[in-house]
Amino acid sequence: MDYAIDIRDMTVAYREKPVLWDVDLQVPPGVLLAIVGPNGAGKTTLIKASLGLVKAAAGSVLIHGRPYAEQRSTVAYVPQRGSVDWDFPTNVLDVVTMGLYGQLGWFKRPGKAERVAALKSLAQVGMEEFAARQISQLSGGQQQRVFLARALVQDARVYFMDEPFQGVDATTERAIVDLLQGLRKQGKTVAVVHHDLQTVPEYFDHVMLLNVRRIASGPVEEEFTEENLRTTYGGRVAFVSALSAAKK
Amino acid sequence: MSASFEIQLIAVVVAVTCAIPGVFLVLQRMSMMSDAISHAILPGIVVAFLLTGDLGSPWMILGAAMAGVLTVALVELLRKTGLLKEDAAIGIVFPALFSVGVVLIAQYAGDVHLDIDAVLLGELAFAPFDRMTINGVDFGPRALFVMSAIFCVDVAFIVLFFKELKLTSFDKALAGALGFAPAFLHYVLMGLVSITAVGAFDAVGSILVVALMVAPPATAYLLTDSLKPMIFISVGIGALSAISGYWMAHFLDASIAGSMATMTGVIFLTAVVFAPHRGLWSVRKRRSSQQIVFGRKMLVIHLYNHEGLPEANQECRVDHLEDHLRWDHLFATRAIKSSLQLSLIKQHGALLSLTETGREVARKSLVEL
Ligand SMILES: Nc1ncnc2c1ncn2[C@@H]1O[C@H](COP(=O)(O)OP(=O)(O)OP(=O)(O)O)[C@@H](O)[C@H]1O
Ligand SMILES: [Mg+2]
Repeated sequence: MDYAIDIRDMTVAYREKPVLWDVDLQVPPGVLLAIVGPNGAGKTTLIKASLGLVKAAAGSVLIHGRPYAEQRSTVAYVPQRGSVDWDFPTNVLDVVTMGLYGQLGWFKRPGKAERVAALKSLAQVGMEEFAARQISQLSGGQQQRVFLARALVQDARVYFMDEPFQGVDATTERAIVDLLQGLRKQGKTVAVVHHDLQTVPEYFDHVMLLNVRRIASGPVEEEFTEENLRTTYGGRVAFVSALSAAKK
Repeated sequence: MSASFEIQLIAVVVAVTCAIPGVFLVLQRMSMMSDAISHAILPGIVVAFLLTGDLGSPWMILGAAMAGVLTVALVELLRKTGLLKEDAAIGIVFPALFSVGVVLIAQYAGDVHLDIDAVLLGELAFAPFDRMTINGVDFGPRALFVMSAIFCVDVAFIVLFFKELKLTSFDKALAGALGFAPAFLHYVLMGLVSITAVGAFDAVGSILVVALMVAPPATAYLLTDSLKPMIFISVGIGALSAISGYWMAHFLDASIAGSMATMTGVIFLTAVVFAPHRGLWSVRKRRSSQQIVFGRKMLVIHLYNHEGLPEANQECRVDHLEDHLRWDHLFATRAIKSSLQLSLIKQHGALLSLTETGREVARKSLVEL
């Protein structure tokens, strides 16, 4: 089977203690996947290692059957919002255009076609009137949508998103979910780090439970079980059972 | 060319050349790195000097660049152990390398031009005496040639890699994911900082190198919202500091390099206070004008609410406003004056009343509230 994302035996250690241990993940194409786990579980690290941003001690990653280095142009990445400096002297349109730098390659400058594409994806996230806005003058939710637009403009086959719902209000969250489900309907694969367990069954069709090791991964209805959650979140049993009560 | 003109020209070229890589240092929050590099290149310079016996040879620049890159690599190495933060790592690496340079000078090069004062402050005033002569023809001061060449390298790098530098400075992770080798660009940039520092160092010493690399971009950062203007403004401010510094030194009979450094500081402080949007002055003015707008609204609403009522004679008196709205006298005066100017209100003696426009504004403001 041709997986969109195929991670095998991924092990990462920043120091002596591994933060990811022998993690496997196979995601079929056209799937909206939630990556779930407590703080420090290694979710961000898993994405970074998949994109070659962090060196893995062991393991391999294939995107649609080929190594990431050969597939860069078909993969889009939305980092955690806090990972960049929002006081940087640039505007919204410019940030979205950065999504196209990969396709432009070295030296070539973005031109009119790139600006048009960037404006179009800004419109998709409902931010077109902010195109000329200095990025320091955006709210958290607006920043998040700019990042999303930057990923959309890449028109990738596989998307990795690190907490795209962080700090957005309910309406925006709904709008983003609709966008993600739209991507899935076009046959794209979207892997999303997600913290709100309550909304996992509603938003996603696949889930990966991660806490240094992979606890489970697969369709939500099979793998998003109380037992798996308990294993993932360890001691915080009360919280988990309150959640599963809420689920019923 | 007179010596005075040559000195100014060298000063301008040095300042402008430092400002260019400085922009990216400031944006990547690595200003301290310029401090580290400009000191740590000393052993590179000394070793190259001891090997070639020639000051200002290309080998010296190469030696300095290597020492600079070594500094960056060592800082990176220390930081990666996770035992200390970047600033602490810088604080350990550069004094170590600098002191090696100082010891080398004291041991082996004590009797040449490389003395500690020159290292820290440079001596721009003597730069015109070191001429570039080819076959007996005088082409001008050597420092001017060296610095102009470095300027061209810096400009070529920024022009060629503008997009890539912008991306890595803003979002290193995306740059990496898109295959733009941020680590490589980082080292090239640091190499440039080192080359620029060594060129400038000869003319103006290591302290001014730091001032010229950091202060003009930091000033420009306050004055603009986008990257390209920031580069041009930095360059302009560098040149301005150079010329004004020269004349300040001239009139005060002070060190030129020291005066230039002072001017970068003066210009920076001026920008902190007077920058159009971010400056303290305009922030204050904006706040106070917003307060006046708000004051006008309160005033017309207050008058509107009491208009035509029996207590109007009491409520709509100027002195009563100060009690009722809890305004201090000065603010009340300003709000009333501004409302009168916009003919929102009329004044009869101590009594205020609304005009038709004022009534309209009051109604609108009430809806907004
Ligand atoms: N650059 C780094 N150097 C050293 N340790 C790191 C580094 N980045 C992350 N870690 C450690 O690796 C572990 C996993 O971090 P990671 O950021 O992947 O977690 P996460 O699941 O994304 O957490 P969160 O939900 O808080 O975003 C944590 O214990 C963290 O402290
Ligand atoms: Mg994370």
